[in-house]
Amino acid sequence: MDITIQNTDAPPPAHRPSAAEQKRAGRGATRPGDRIFLGLSRGSGIFLLVIMAAIAVFLTYRASLAISKDHGNFLTTFEWNTNLTPPVFGIAVLAFGTVVSSIIAMAIAVPVAVGIALFLTHYSPRRLAGPIAYVIDLLAAVPSIVYGLWGALVLVPHMDGLFGWLNDYLGWTGIFSWQGGAPRSLLTVGILLAIMILPIITNVSREVFRQVPQMHEEAALALGATRWEVIRMAVLPFGRSGVISASMLGLGRALGETMAVATVLSPTFDIQTSLLDPGGGTFAQNIASKFGEATDQGRDALIASGLVLFVITLLVNGAARVIIARRKEYSGANA
Amino acid sequence: MSTAAVTGKRRSTLRGASLPKWSPWAIGVGSIAVGLGISLAAGLDSSIQWALMAAVLFVLGTYVIAARVEGRRQAKDRVATSLVWVCFLLAVIPLASLVWETLKRGVKVFDVYFLTHSMGVVADTETGGGIYHAILGTLEQVGIATVIAVPIGVMTAVYLVEYGRGKLARAVTFFVDVMTGIPSIVAGLFVLSFWILILKMGYSGFAGSLALAILMMPVVVRSTEEMLKLVPNELREASLALGVPKWRTILKVVLPTSIGGITTGVMLAVARITGETAPVLLLVWGTNFINSDPFKDPQASLPLYIYQQYANSAGSGAAYDRAWAAALALIAFVMILNLVARGIARWKAPKTGR
Repeated sequence: MDITIQNTDAPPPAHRPSAAEQKRAGRGATRPGDRIFLGLSRGSGIFLLVIMAAIAVFLTYRASLAISKDHGNFLTTFEWNTNLTPPVFGIAVLAFGTVVSSIIAMAIAVPVAVGIALFLTHYSPRRLAGPIAYVIDLLAAVPSIVYGLWGALVLVPHMDGLFGWLNDYLGWTGIFSWQGGAPRSLLTVGILLAIMILPIITNVSREVFRQVPQMHEEAALALGATRWEVIRMAVLPFGRSGVISASMLGLGRALGETMAVATVLSPTFDIQTSLLDPGGGTFAQNIASKFGEATDQGRDALIASGLVLFVITLLVNGAARVIIARRKEYSGANA
Repeated sequence: MSTAAVTGKRRSTLRGASLPKWSPWAIGVGSIAVGLGISLAAGLDSSIQWALMAAVLFVLGTYVIAARVEGRRQAKDRVATSLVWVCFLLAVIPLASLVWETLKRGVKVFDVYFLTHSMGVVADTETGGGIYHAILGTLEQVGIATVIAVPIGVMTAVYLVEYGRGKLARAVTFFVDVMTGIPSIVAGLFVLSFWILILKMGYSGFAGSLALAILMMPVVVRSTEEMLKLVPNELREASLALGVPKWRTILKVVLPTSIGGITTGVMLAVARITGETAPVLLLVWGTNFINSDPFKDPQASLPLYIYQQYANSAGSGAAYDRAWAAALALIAFVMILNLVARGIARWKAPKTGR
């Protein structure tokens, strides 16, 4: 979807609150209607901040209840037995699964998305580019549960051949060995996540590539550069930070994706050395699949794992925003 | 393009040799043929394999041929071109397959009966049943979430654009951005810990609405903000110069001017939260019966229905059919919202400039 792509420009610098302006604003706000309206709108803004704070506070509170009862090490235990007294659980497996599936997704999605963005801005026939960009926008809006259903019932059966092939030729590495279980493994999850985050990375990158100054490209062409050399020397350096932040937005999505992982993965609570063998789990998937049977204690434990996910996505998204904000000239997509 | 412009002419003294315009197509067809041939010969049956092989052959073939005829720089350019095309095709295939499979498998049980009946007396593995209860639940939950989120979101955007200077506005801008990236399941967990575990409220459609509203607010803020920024300053100044108070200027001039864009943003946000499953799973719980009261007892919801048909059915074909049909209904709803929203955006685009 296009919402995450807009610019983060603070109000234009021309509007620095000079003393005179503040005074004027102050005078404007003396009318009762103005004061109420300002109060309402500022209140809404503060309310949003309060929600963010409340999310952090409430999750931390419930998580601390759970962790204080935990008889394993919350960070390193390879178990999730919240119904035992005392409960023993840890997030090591979830952290591993989340990181691995996201890395796979990024490794596939980023190059392909950059390729599509270049295709749309520099290679495709102009008549095609518009409709294709439009379709990619729409695909970003497909709900994740539909991707999940498609992944589980269409993609998984198609993975058998690929897995067999990987096992035959790369099985010796240990990472790609396959014992022949259903291909509901972290690799499949990573591939599905890659497909899901492709539209958003493409959208943001396309917007950045489109803003490359025409002069740079024409100058390169005039010097006799081939199209690829134009892209390598003019387009990519200009778009680098945009692509990085686009990737991080995509990463944020991949880390927090719930339903697609929950439908495709057949989870076990251990770490598989092979990406092809079913098993492992991710934070979000674990919450969705364990929630139904969880007792109050189990829920608190799940909230604790959710808190970790919250912090991770907060850091990733915050970093992406900082990178975008540093580029003042960056302006939004689909505006 | 430039390299292919001299097709047909014999070598000019000013230009190097170049491949004819049709060469990429020829290489493409050739590599697909070889890819298919190899996989047939080796008895491989996965379409993924021969497609990957064809893609690799295409890129390698392009490089080798172009390097021999045109030289290394041109060859690199051609490889880049073909890689970009391959990227595009690789990405289109799964996305097209997603839409195609949903359509193909979804239409099986998708009819009026399906839309107007609930799962009340239908076991998960039986045929029959429908999504009426789920549609009802989704509409109510999304409706309530919209009612909560839109005023707050629009007012926040008004604050950021019309009033906001200084630290508070910067903090709000930053956290709105960060908030767009909150995983939906975290929003669900928050409402769970606050509404259900601490306030001891039960599972209900309203609890789900709260989480959906949290997911919706930042989206509305961002899009409204963009739209308000497009309103020309002259309009504000003209109104203020007539002595109209600022709040009336905003209500009567700024918001009406940008109402089309704001509507579009809201509809896109609605489309987004309609498909959210995770918070609904945690907070609304799901039911097979029609529950039209969003404030009491579990409700159903369309995305949740899809998940439950998939997960609780132990591989029953009837349940999968229902899941696909519900997915079709959901996609259709989201797509229509998107198309209408974009239509409104184009139709009511703010008249900037004079």
